[in-house]
Amino acid sequence: MPLSSRHLLGLQGVPKEDINLILNTAKTFREVLERPIKKVPTLQGKTIVNLFYESSTRTRISFELAEKRLSADAINFAVSTSSVNKGETLKDTIRNIEAMKVDMVVVRHSVSGTPHFLTKVCDANIINAGDGTHEHPTQALLDMYSIKEKLGRLEGIKVCIVGDIAHSRVALSNIFGLKTVGAEVSVCGPSTMIPRNIEDLGVKVIHNIDEAIQENDVLNVLRIQLERKAREYFPSIREYSTYFGITEERLEKAGKEDILILHPGPINRGVELSSGVADGLKQIILRQVTNGVAVRMAVLYLLGTMN
Amino acid sequence: MKIILKNSHLLNPAQNLDKAETDILIIDGVISKTGNLTKEDSKDAKVFDLKGKYVVPGFFDMHVHLREPGREDEETVVSGCNAAASGGFTGIACMPNTEPAIDSSEVVTLIKRKAAGHLVDVYPVAAASVGRKGEIISPMAELVEYGAVAFSDDGVAIKTSAILRRALEYSKMYKTPIIEHCEDESLGGGSMNEGFNSTVLGLPPIPSVAEDIIVMRDILMAEYTGGRVHIAHISTKKSVEMVREAKKKGINVTAEVTPHHFTLTDDAVKTYDTNTKMNPPLRTREDVEEIIRGLKDGTIDCIASDHAPHSIEEKEVEYDYAPNGIIGLETEVGLTFTELYHNKILTLEQIVEKLSINPRKILNLPVPKIEGGQMANLTILDPDEVWTVDINKFKSKSINSPFDKRLLTGKALGVINHRQMYFNNEMMNI
Repeated sequence: MPLSSRHLLGLQGVPKEDINLILNTAKTFREVLERPIKKVPTLQGKTIVNLFYESSTRTRISFELAEKRLSADAINFAVSTSSVNKGETLKDTIRNIEAMKVDMVVVRHSVSGTPHFLTKVCDANIINAGDGTHEHPTQALLDMYSIKEKLGRLEGIKVCIVGDIAHSRVALSNIFGLKTVGAEVSVCGPSTMIPRNIEDLGVKVIHNIDEAIQENDVLNVLRIQLERKAREYFPSIREYSTYFGITEERLEKAGKEDILILHPGPINRGVELSSGVADGLKQIILRQVTNGVAVRMAVLYLLGTMN
Repeated sequence: MKIILKNSHLLNPAQNLDKAETDILIIDGVISKTGNLTKEDSKDAKVFDLKGKYVVPGFFDMHVHLREPGREDEETVVSGCNAAASGGFTGIACMPNTEPAIDSSEVVTLIKRKAAGHLVDVYPVAAASVGRKGEIISPMAELVEYGAVAFSDDGVAIKTSAILRRALEYSKMYKTPIIEHCEDESLGGGSMNEGFNSTVLGLPPIPSVAEDIIVMRDILMAEYTGGRVHIAHISTKKSVEMVREAKKKGINVTAEVTPHHFTLTDDAVKTYDTNTKMNPPLRTREDVEEIIRGLKDGTIDCIASDHAPHSIEEKEVEYDYAPNGIIGLETEVGLTFTELYHNKILTLEQIVEKLSINPRKILNLPVPKIEGGQMANLTILDPDEVWTVDINKFKSKSINSPFDKRLLTGKALGVINHRQMYFNNEMMNI
């Protein structure tokens, strides 16, 4: 059974069967990554462009590695080295890239909806590697993979996403994906960081971090943006870490020292996670990184062998 | 030249006129007589059989952006007038956010000169403040003398309450309204309406309260100064309610709505099509329902397009980077009839009021009469014609419309003004 769409623009509306197919395929690739020779010839002859209009180290390297492990030819297009600085529009850029016979485009952009826009101006398979404050589907898929790996299932698992939900693309993709496979999802953060009508997605809203720890099996902790713009939404970093930061004391008090904590990285130590909690996460965070490569291999493989 | 509009249904609520199957004789652009014509009257006349069609006072759109001077690649005075004629309008008011802004007698004169001789009358709305910067009020006395009919910093609200106060006080001397784009700058600036859809689409939101706060401010200031405020493109439930209450108290406030704000909701943004990006943004079903109530009970005085031409290159970009606005002159009548007449929200008389009589009254312009001795300033309507919007047939220089390929019922077949007639896609001297 192939995927139901030739693009991965987000997890909204993606059927359960597709999500399971990606996660199961990722499991196979996860095994490949444990072999001495970590490469398969699956996408030999396919050309994939990583079109990154926003700086990203982790996601870009993860995609690039996934592409190379599948034997595809990977081209990196980063905004600082491109003709965007010469005033070229995205439409012209993508038409030019397409003329080079590209099969797939992995795109990261600061404006929501840009991957959708690309599907209208080019024929390649489009994979969203994060658009604005909209979606980041492969991050959510790898989070789901990591939860399933650790807890054995997703259905019925209680997951709370903690942090700046309003300005996160990871949150929305996690909500859509997790709800589809039957997990219970809540969000926790200061009310200025909770977008309007989010409850209408069937998500519980919590403003007390102790309650979030108490009630859930998994905390998916988002990175708090420390730049000035984000600072309009909370009074100070000190206040945020005091009232929403996850510390060993809080976990201990709730008797939940073994709660599964995910973090897309990089961590702001002493802000969303205390240093002690962050240190305890080393293993799972490293696993998340490896799982990320496997999940992206699965997505690229399933889309790349569809046509 | 002599022409006869045969078997037409004359309708003008401003003169209590409602007469079916009537002939109109127009000689050299002036209505000679209406009613039964003699053989002598019909001699050598060009006859248009308008059986089942309506003839009404020429439609007027009081919110149009012509891009001249500054962006003639998007629209000129003449191309905008052609679009207006094609859409069924004999008069338009053009907004001052040109480059340079319409804040001097020179720019007013330039626009008047470019429009001279066209079928469509063009009335400039001048900037309320110099350069639309909100710092000093514009030279209103001079602007009125040269032909400005209202003042606005459209694109933005007048920046401070203090300047708004002075603008209202000063313009009061000339009875000209201040037309306000209602948006609190500190709350606005996003890409779409704030709500469930903005949350799911991840687009930067504009809350409805950004509009409501300025509507409230403007109503309070109109009451305090006794000046006249006209709310442009009203889009929220609360704003409609506030205007309704203000009118009950006798405050000098009027309001317009665009066809897209009574036709579409923010569901349309789900495609990320940049032709759904406008300011004010498309709102929710609840807002649309209140707008419909406001149109019905007279809270909303008129319908205006906010015709905003943008080049393809500027619109075919990432959503946040696209400029706000869509063109509307050539879909306005069709959308109004489809959404409001055929859905039994407004009667034909009410539509004529909102598309012809009220905008002229707001701008202190005379309403054309359909009677002997008057210059023929008319729109010919077929409320039942079914047609499909085709952006490639637009007379506008731009094509940024979300209504391409939409099936509409109701159309303006032609217009007559200044001894010219636009009919069947053809401009002729009569």
